Amino acid sequence: MPQPIRIKDHEKDARLVRGRVVFGAIAVVALIGVLIARLYFLQVIQYEYHSTLSENNRVHVQPIPPTRGLIFDRNGVVVADNRPSFSLSMTRERSGNWQQVLDVIVEVLELTPEDRVIFEKRMRQGRRPFEPVPILFELTEEQIARIAVNQFRLPGVEVVAQLVRHYPQGAHFAHSVGYMGRINEKELKTLDPVNYSGTHHIGKTGIERFYEPELHGQVGYEEVETNARGRVLRVLKRTDPIPGKDIVLSLDIKLQEAAEAALGGRRGAVVALDPKTGEVLAMVSQPSFDPNLFVTGISFKAYSELRDSIDRPLFNRVLRGLYPPGSTIKPAVAIAGLDAGVVTASSRVYDPGYYQLPNYDHKYRNWNRTGDGYVDLDTAIMRSNDTYFYDLAHKLGIDRLSAYMSKFGIGQKVSLDMFEESPGLMPTREWKRATRRQAWFPGETLILGIGQGYMQSTPLQLAQATALVANKGVWNRPHLAKTVEGERPKDENPMPDIVLRDPSDWTKVNHGMQQVMHGARGTARKASIGAQYRIAGKSGTAQVVAIKQGEKYDRSKVQERHRDHALFVGFAPADNPQIVVSVMVENGESGSGVAAPVVRQIMDAWLLDQDGRLKAEYASPISAEATAREE
Amino acid sequence: MKSNFDRILSSEDVMRRRATLLQRMHIDGPLLILLLTLAAGSLFVLYSASGKSWDLLAKQTTSFGIGLVSMIVIAQFEPRFMARWVPVGYVIGVLLLVVVDVMGHNAMGATRWINIPGVIRFQPSEFMKILMPATIAWYLAKRSLPPQLKHVGISLFLIGLPFILIVRQPDLGTSLLILAGGAFVLFMGGLRWRWILSVIAAAVPVSVAMWYFVMHDYQKQRVLTFLDPESDPLGTGWNIIQSKAAIGSGGVFGKGWLLGTQSHLDFLPESHTDFIIAVLGEEFGLVGICALLLIYLLLIGRGLVITAQAQTLFGKLLAGSLTMTFFVYVFVNIGMVSGLLPVVGVPLPFISYGGTSLVTLLSAFGVLMSIHTHRKWIAQV
Repeated sequence: MPQPIRIKDHEKDARLVRGRVVFGAIAVVALIGVLIARLYFLQVIQYEYHSTLSENNRVHVQPIPPTRGLIFDRNGVVVADNRPSFSLSMTRERSGNWQQVLDVIVEVLELTPEDRVIFEKRMRQGRRPFEPVPILFELTEEQIARIAVNQFRLPGVEVVAQLVRHYPQGAHFAHSVGYMGRINEKELKTLDPVNYSGTHHIGKTGIERFYEPELHGQVGYEEVETNARGRVLRVLKRTDPIPGKDIVLSLDIKLQEAAEAALGGRRGAVVALDPKTGEVLAMVSQPSFDPNLFVTGISFKAYSELRDSIDRPLFNRVLRGLYPPGSTIKPAVAIAGLDAGVVTASSRVYDPGYYQLPNYDHKYRNWNRTGDGYVDLDTAIMRSNDTYFYDLAHKLGIDRLSAYMSKFGIGQKVSLDMFEESPGLMPTREWKRATRRQAWFPGETLILGIGQGYMQSTPLQLAQATALVANKGVWNRPHLAKTVEGERPKDENPMPDIVLRDPSDWTKVNHGMQQVMHGARGTARKASIGAQYRIAGKSGTAQVVAIKQGEKYDRSKVQERHRDHALFVGFAPADNPQIVVSVMVENGESGSGVAAPVVRQIMDAWLLDQDGRLKAEYASPISAEATAREE
Repeated sequence: MKSNFDRILSSEDVMRRRATLLQRMHIDGPLLILLLTLAAGSLFVLYSASGKSWDLLAKQTTSFGIGLVSMIVIAQFEPRFMARWVPVGYVIGVLLLVVVDVMGHNAMGATRWINIPGVIRFQPSEFMKILMPATIAWYLAKRSLPPQLKHVGISLFLIGLPFILIVRQPDLGTSLLILAGGAFVLFMGGLRWRWILSVIAAAVPVSVAMWYFVMHDYQKQRVLTFLDPESDPLGTGWNIIQSKAAIGSGGVFGKGWLLGTQSHLDFLPESHTDFIIAVLGEEFGLVGICALLLIYLLLIGRGLVITAQAQTLFGKLLAGSLTMTFFVYVFVNIGMVSGLLPVVGVPLPFISYGGTSLVTLLSAFGVLMSIHTHRKWIAQV
């Protein structure tokens, strides 16, 4: 069958195409309608949403860290300031393979693998996304130059200038002012994330820690326009930060140096207080360390050296060193005995060289084995007679003794603004039952009377207990900050003053303490030779290793580090107390022989003028009045 | 009943047209006005999108000039002449694509260029954008319409060859445009509806197969990101999120010229090329985009009028296909930037920066003008 011949029908073709053109036109119009609908949806219905999105893209809020408050000593000498420093910071999100970039940094700056480990740790602590994390501080000129030259290999890495804490006095105030360090992850959880958004360092110890909120200030803000790469193009709005408050310390750099000199390189602690105000004039814990090391991150090696040193330079002996107060507590115990009426100024105790409880064989020995014979209060303090105080403590009983000692601040934190302070321990019946599940034994009361046994106190607490004797029971919590931005720190939790039934008891004990220094048989009379003023003092020893019954302390047999700690507390001038000093010399053995001269030197430094005479303002007319009252 | 001849002679219209310079230069007035308007507008948008780069503007203007020359030159050729040389062009084009496939240079991670250093550097696939529909139109114009299955098959083969070569480059955007260019000829040629519908029905299993066997990872990623841009907001989803934010934040009237933060602060990627509509949307708002769409609609309308008025079947098929393909450009680009379609590399015609695309587009309009201005008056009904 022949195929039908196809003839091209142009009319038909044209019609066909025209039909398709019409269809195409309709489709085009319909689809453009779809596009317009879509754009209407985006630009009208979702306008708010996209508008916000685009604004958030563009506007970033950048924190401006406030400048930290400065710290001065009481004379205006700068103790802590802020110094510009260049640090290397890295933004993980902009670095791409940041691990590799770290390698390049280590290579460019010729650092060690240990440094790299630290960098990596710091990077992992990074906080918000796109936030630069400082990884290396205190860049030298050369390091900055090397970074600049290799910038092309270091995406997301920049050299940033910032203010870092600096302690121009070095080790002098390491234990009082403390130091700052990088915010760690634990601190991060408790900090206000807004206020600390631009801050990398925080006070770790001491004043820096205690007054952190005041010193830090309030963060400021900058609303900046950034491009997609986070580069800041212009500032839209700025809220200035409120700088931290300046702090003036009650510490005196000269007295501090004098105290350190008086300790003469021995391990130990010194606190000097103004009893009338509670201001701490000097605070020494020796050995000390350079707080500047910690500010920008201490190397692991340097830190372990400090930490593992047998001399424990990081240990704050003033606030955390717990020692049995030994005989230094006797003035306070004497006040307790007088006020409770178990002794009077004239009542006497016979001392055969030991004390025995009725029906007990055990002999509680006086330090002077031969005994002092009949002893009254004045002599008891002067001679530091243990037998008298065994008797006193026995008559007083643990409950009253404990209550009185608590009034003197033993077993609790006494300071106003010292962060690390340890409360120490003043045992009670309840305490023993709770911790040892044992009843209280009468013998334990006796040894508390001479400051031994469970009792533990810090050099600061001993200073405060002594200050209370000097100040006749008026409580002023010891504090390091004289003023914060011109205002005196407030005591939110004041201790009640010690009110005695007979206020002249204070004078009686004061007199006994003067006898220690100036009496013919005073235990520390050598320390008062040539003094331009009357000193009231009391020595003590804190045992490091217990001595068995009947055994004698023989220094030749005891290792140096196991020797007793020498303690001494005192105030001067005795009739117009201006300064209270508490000294602890580690393994110094003799309170009166080793610690007392230290106290004397510090008092001299504070009370005497250049010519070696008592400063006029301290030789007050009160002395006449005081002697009159004494009679 | 008047003869056609009388009607032509008595027509004032014809008399006037003959007199015009444009007519003698084979230039279509409405198309030219619309194209110049677009070009002028595009320079404003481009100036903003490029971050006030005069350099870029100068290059774009130059390209536009070259494109205009190319358009005018092409308009001088009679469609008949074109039809004669189309098969040769097609063969050369396919050969060049093979050359690119074998030894092409790497540019933008995809091999698309022929580069004879110091002489010429171009993308053969660009030529195919015009040659493809022209070839199919040439082929179908000789057959009876609607095309028979056999002719459809041969047409599909002619389309498929360059399509596959371009997909392999890989350049999904261009290959789809070339596919569209060829397919629209078949459509204009009256391809039976039931075949069209069956192809659409078959597209589902085919696309599934493509997903597993043909598509590159980055193409798959684009599709995945299209389906859920938020899944990777800093990576591949970034483009879409940012372009939507740019358009959306423009609102009805826009943020004002040069005041678009998304583009000026570099949040918007490729802001002067494929994503330039987002800049327009951000700075001129819904009003600005609608104005642009109106110009496009007028251009397409004129193209369809030319299609309807074309005297030869070759002219009809080619003009129709070029016009519809032009619309595909517009729709796919705006669709992808506004998040309706996946991101495929299709520039916004006449607005996006890029010389090659501009020259190709203007050449296509040259073809349209040629079809329209070389009509024989005698045959006009």
